[in-house]
Amino acid sequence: MTPQDTPVIELRNVHKRFEQRPDLAQRLLALAGKPIDRRTVHAVNGVDLSIQRGEVLGLVGESGCGKSTLGRVVAGLHRQTEGELRYQGRPTEGLRGADLLAYTLGVQMIFQDPQASLNPRQRLRQILGEALKVHKLAPPAEIPARIDRALSEVGLDREYRDRFPHQISGGQRQRIGIARALMVSPKFLVCDEPVAALDVSIQAQVINLFMDLREQHGFTYLFISHDLGVVKHISDRVAIMYLGKIVERAPAAEIFARANHPYTQALLAEVPDVGRRGRQFTPIQGEIPSPLNPPPGCTFHPRCPHATARCREQAPELKEIAPGHWSACHLNP
Amino acid sequence: MAHPAQNGRTRTIQPLEDTPRRAAILKKLRSRPTVTGSAIALAVLMVLVLAAPYFAPQNPYDLANLNLLDGRLPPGATSMDGHVYLLGTDDQGRDMFSAILYGLRISLMVGLSAVALATAIGSMAGLVAAYVGGFVDTMLMRIVDFILGFPTILVALVLLAMMGRGVDKVILALVVVQWAHYARIMRGRALQERRKEYVEAAANLGFPAWRIMVFHLLPNCLGPVMVFATIQIATAIALEATLSFLGVGVPITEPSLGLLIANGFQYLLSGDYWISMFPGVALLLLILTINIVGDRLREALDPRRA
Amino acid sequence: MNDTILQVRGLRTAFHTEAGAWPAVDGVDLTVRRGEILGLVGESGSGKSVTGFSLLGLIDPPGEVVSGEILFKGQDLRKLDEEGMRRLRGNRIAMIFQDPLMTLNPVLRIGEQMMEAILTHENVPAAQARERCREALAMVGIPAPEKRLDSYPHEFSGGMRQRVAIAIAMLNRPDLIICDEPTTALDVTIQGQILYRMQEICRKHDTALIWITHDLGVVAELADHVAVMYAGRIVEAGPVAQVLDAPRHPYTKGLLESMPANTAPGARLHQIDGMAPSLAGRPAGCAFRPRCPNAITRCAEQAPSAIQEGPRSFRCYAPIARETASA
Repeated sequence: MTPQDTPVIELRNVHKRFEQRPDLAQRLLALAGKPIDRRTVHAVNGVDLSIQRGEVLGLVGESGCGKSTLGRVVAGLHRQTEGELRYQGRPTEGLRGADLLAYTLGVQMIFQDPQASLNPRQRLRQILGEALKVHKLAPPAEIPARIDRALSEVGLDREYRDRFPHQISGGQRQRIGIARALMVSPKFLVCDEPVAALDVSIQAQVINLFMDLREQHGFTYLFISHDLGVVKHISDRVAIMYLGKIVERAPAAEIFARANHPYTQALLAEVPDVGRRGRQFTPIQGEIPSPLNPPPGCTFHPRCPHATARCREQAPELKEIAPGHWSACHLNP
Repeated sequence: MAHPAQNGRTRTIQPLEDTPRRAAILKKLRSRPTVTGSAIALAVLMVLVLAAPYFAPQNPYDLANLNLLDGRLPPGATSMDGHVYLLGTDDQGRDMFSAILYGLRISLMVGLSAVALATAIGSMAGLVAAYVGGFVDTMLMRIVDFILGFPTILVALVLLAMMGRGVDKVILALVVVQWAHYARIMRGRALQERRKEYVEAAANLGFPAWRIMVFHLLPNCLGPVMVFATIQIATAIALEATLSFLGVGVPITEPSLGLLIANGFQYLLSGDYWISMFPGVALLLLILTINIVGDRLREALDPRRA
Repeated sequence: MNDTILQVRGLRTAFHTEAGAWPAVDGVDLTVRRGEILGLVGESGSGKSVTGFSLLGLIDPPGEVVSGEILFKGQDLRKLDEEGMRRLRGNRIAMIFQDPLMTLNPVLRIGEQMMEAILTHENVPAAQARERCREALAMVGIPAPEKRLDSYPHEFSGGMRQRVAIAIAMLNRPDLIICDEPTTALDVTIQGQILYRMQEICRKHDTALIWITHDLGVVAELADHVAVMYAGRIVEAGPVAQVLDAPRHPYTKGLLESMPANTAPGARLHQIDGMAPSLAGRPAGCAFRPRCPNAITRCAEQAPSAIQEGPRSFRCYAPIARETASA
């Protein structure tokens, strides 16, 4: 593999489990003979993913599917419980010192809640300039200029530098979050539902900003969202996640035109469509299962209109059903 | 694209001038008399206290000034040399007004220092416990539980019995019993705040743990701690007064309000009320104004209320 | 026969500050007929939620419903006293909120809360009330309703709590339900289930619905009529198909065009520049003017009044021409 072919981010059989450790009382009871009830949330359950330089991979799923956790594992905010994460071909486990810093700064996260993602007690210029100062990425004299440049790059006037986060709107806060990530010259951006909390007209502005930045800087994105419309618009490839597993993965146009997995089909059918009028709703049944208690076999089988006996017993593997189009369903030959 | 209607500044709408219930609604919005009143009272008290040496007609600590023959004079009485004892004198001939001023000083100093130190120590402990988690958290919190298990007065009494009397020792005793409260409060708040995304963002930017704790977590977790601290100033002052009243606090030569109240206690039934009552009223006023103003201060410190 | 359930004329709700009273709802007219679904669409700050609350008299100081008529089955709600309003709320007019925890008391069992809703308005034996509650839960698709009546709100998922809220709203067979963004916080597949239930209920019981949302997609699929709000005013209203296929107001058109679904993948989205004005910073004249590509001089001078064109209405001096609109 040439350096150009090396994926920026590669996940190999990554698992992330959250275990509730027993507290003192439970441990004492265990000594007395009562078994400990260990509750494990298997948030990410064996994910393989490979993201090439310059591409936008859209990751879609509903609440509890683990997409946010996966994003945080990629950004290095959570350590994976099992499996390997590679950044530019090198496993992140063994990174130290300057290499570790290069990875930490190289993969930046854009968060969902614009309000919670900014320190309410810092002025915008402090929020933006802090990383430069701490890591000495620019001489102190140059920092104000860099801040102004970042502000204008995300479409904000330089007069905003002295404001506090609560003095600007939600859309503007999200721009600051993006500007903050830009300050450390990242290579890869994990965008965790970046427009979910914004109004429709502001969403368009921020999505355009993402696309412009990609063109100018050649960024690679992992774009996490529950909004299929947005994902379809901005992604090159799309992966659908359900209860910790990737159930389908294909180029964007392909997945929307020829969705294979029943869950993908259900999602697509349920997305509100402005073009549809007076629709007769026939939604899929059942609740989204809790990740504490995933169903056996194929995790989707309780809600699947096509479930068979095999689906209840055996979890399907991802198989390539068409070039570049992978799906995990027993209904496929 | 030229937009002829968009040149220059935009004129904005005028608000509605009058509506049926506007008057009633505004009346409710406006009234906050207690706070301004307390702020003024506290300001006056602070001035008096800080400038005590200039205001007080007499230095009550200087034993040479005291004239036993002037003892137990009622308020408004005149001394032998002609000056008026505004609030009377105590059994040793000390001018009550001066004694109260100096006593307020001691009380305030003890209260503020004890709280400042306890806040600093307790906050750092709570912050570290919350951020680092794991074993450190468990250990620190068990220590906190242990300390909080004892009655405050008991611990203070024991400590002071061991260390002897003195203003600095009183402060030390207060800090030892108080810091655990702050640790617990700070830890609770920091645990909540730590999950917020700006803390994750700081970690994502590779900031070291101490920086995240001090510059990101701490400023946003101070709120409940400050509220508690302002209430605790009053509690610390009252605690010191209690200890002094019980005879283990400040030395007799540097009376705090508590000690003054204690001294005058025995004379209450004989009718010389002023020796106990005026220091008591002064203590009450101090505590009350600190509480109310502390409340307002916390609101003002919130940057959202710009 | 007059089957108009709700007729609102000139509703104005303002919030008081020292400087003056700023209108969050600035002259809103609405009409809802029996069994009809009206989608009230707007972004944050448009005043859509305040409108919903104003209808039920749920505006607290420093807010105040300043003027206007709210005619519910011919009766002006603004002239009713608190007791009169109380008898209507939860009985003839119900409301569903965005956060079901606002409707549900976390320390009471579901059954208790639902029975309270019935028994407050009607004197029926407890057993009968409980049976009605059980039926209501079954109607919204909650499995094992008899057992669930004894559950607490925290034992339900978000989607199920919202269904319980709908069940409570339907208990007394109201004529009108006002829904304030009830599915915004829910997943898409769960939203689909809720919309299905609402649609079924409305058809079966002829209940009128005001669905407040920012999601044009939901409105398109669910509603019969739509009213688009901007800065406290309804800038366009009419039958859903007509308004969404051929919008007359530039804001409606801008909203539709900025949706990714309406743009080719990878192309730049059409964006409406600028931001919605704050409550105190609304431009004089037409509030949308600073962001409008069609603005003319007259737009700055005076706010446009509503122009009626058949079943549609819009407030614009330079509306999108009828010919190009349907292109």
